[in-house]
Amino acid sequence: MIRSLPLVLLFACNMAVARGTYQEPADFIAETFDSAPPSPGIIWLRGDTRDTTTAILGHKYPSLRVRYWGDPQRSAWILEEIGKDQPITVGLVVSGGRLERIKVLVFRESRGWEVRHPFFTDQFRETGLTGDLDLDRDIDGISGATLSVRALKKLSRLALYLHTRIPEGDDTP
Amino acid sequence: MKHNVLSLSLAGLLLASTPLQAAEPGGSAPTVEELWKIIQQQQAEIEALKRQQQSTEQKVADVDEKAEAAVEAVEEGGTATASAGSWADRTTIGGYGEMHYNNIDSKEEIDFHRFVLYFGHEFTDRIRMVAEVELEHAVAGGDNDGEVELEQGYVEFDLNERHSAKAGVYLLPVGILNQTHEPPTFYGVERNPVEKNIIPTTWWAGGAEMVGEIAPGWSYNFGVHEGLEITSGNYAVRGGRQKSSEANADHLATTGRLRWTGIPGVEIAGSLQYQSDITQGNDSSADDAWLFETHTDIQRGPYGLRALYARWDLNGNGPEAVGADEQSGFYIEPSYKLTDTIGIFARYNQWDNQAGNGSDTRQRQYDVGVNYWPHPDVVLKADIQSQDNDGDQKNDNGFNLGVGFQF
Repeated sequence: MIRSLPLVLLFACNMAVARGTYQEPADFIAETFDSAPPSPGIIWLRGDTRDTTTAILGHKYPSLRVRYWGDPQRSAWILEEIGKDQPITVGLVVSGGRLERIKVLVFRESRGWEVRHPFFTDQFRETGLTGDLDLDRDIDGISGATLSVRALKKLSRLALYLHTRIPEGDDTP
Repeated sequence: MKHNVLSLSLAGLLLASTPLQAAEPGGSAPTVEELWKIIQQQQAEIEALKRQQQSTEQKVADVDEKAEAAVEAVEEGGTATASAGSWADRTTIGGYGEMHYNNIDSKEEIDFHRFVLYFGHEFTDRIRMVAEVELEHAVAGGDNDGEVELEQGYVEFDLNERHSAKAGVYLLPVGILNQTHEPPTFYGVERNPVEKNIIPTTWWAGGAEMVGEIAPGWSYNFGVHEGLEITSGNYAVRGGRQKSSEANADHLATTGRLRWTGIPGVEIAGSLQYQSDITQGNDSSADDAWLFETHTDIQRGPYGLRALYARWDLNGNGPEAVGADEQSGFYIEPSYKLTDTIGIFARYNQWDNQAGNGSDTRQRQYDVGVNYWPHPDVVLKADIQSQDNDGDQKNDNGFNLGVGFQF
């Protein structure tokens, strides 16, 4: 009986709070634009844009369009990519063609949650794209979180690429 | 604005048509009543055109709304989570496999070493199932070498944002390879002999475990599970794995791990396990046992370094008599990625499953090799191994080739 006590204790914990939502996407956008976010614009994933998006992710983006907030100088994005089983929701800000900020907003995977911490995401600051649409600096991974790390790298490349697709003079319709 | 243009156009036509009629040869100018009638008719036409235009605009708006709804429906389908998706959306299938060609002193063979199918299913956002079924050595049953094994099969419950609990068959949190061993994730065709013979990898057990994060970069595991049941006379720990197959649970084991990943590319971890009887009471000359393991796994830019030390202490006269009261080993493995797709490594391994005796039972193995990843999930491997074993133990030298994948 005593040997079974730890098993009983493990299941005695109360299930309380759903895990994984660290910041609501709307709050991330509001924070990015000092509580005065512009109206969202839309990038339709057609033609070359769709093909390049597919090449970056290794599969089709699960949407026909991507919303953004901002303009060709500075833009904010809410993007999703599956790590192993579940989509990771990430907020990204691109400024002058480089990542200004990346933050994991919702993490639903059962492993690899370390990617949400600033000690990992800070590596992405000031990262841009090479001509081959790769990140122009090394991002060190986290042991045991390979697929989550890979998902964030892909979304960083995608945000940097989509930023270049914002029409000039289009100040968030 | 469109309405105004239309009205002006019609008024212009009206004004233009009136002088024409008046100018017709032999015609007479229309009376005021006739003009009033014409104006009323044209006004009616204007109203009809307005209604038609409004109807058209409404239809366009309706089409826009339907198109928006269709796009949103497609987008929702692509980002479904456990609480919103269909059964298929909430179910994941994956796996990995590897085939080896070994040309070493002890054997020259081709072996599809393992093929593993992974299944995951989210019952809710907080409750999920994970299972892995493994086929080893391609053919199982009868006199064949292969086995079909349930390597994982557990239900996991998220208790809150930072802690979860699982119950079922799971991989024990010991070493580098025991939990993460998909072929593209490690160097060398075969898994290293230290983790294989000392930990012993791959090691799974039935029980329950808490997993969570106690501070940024700090995570823990703590579980109670079936223990080893060592029956062989040399007390080698690898032979004691019960694999949750009607496992003797008379003496459970407890395993804990503390892990730090506070710097990107750096992992440092330590595990401790205690079991009150390593033979499940079958051998009165054997008693309790402790396992201590620690390792680091570093990958900074192109530079990599793995190092691991593990040691068992088995109490009792039986293990002590054959020197198995201490079983220990370590390895160190530097690596370097020449490009994103090619990496080279070297490894020094040393282990001894009878380190407690005075005999020469220590084994050493040197490995050098290369990994080539044509895709992040596909790897081709080649390595050379050279042993320098103590005493009269035979060395097992040669080379290995392998191909592996994960999906």
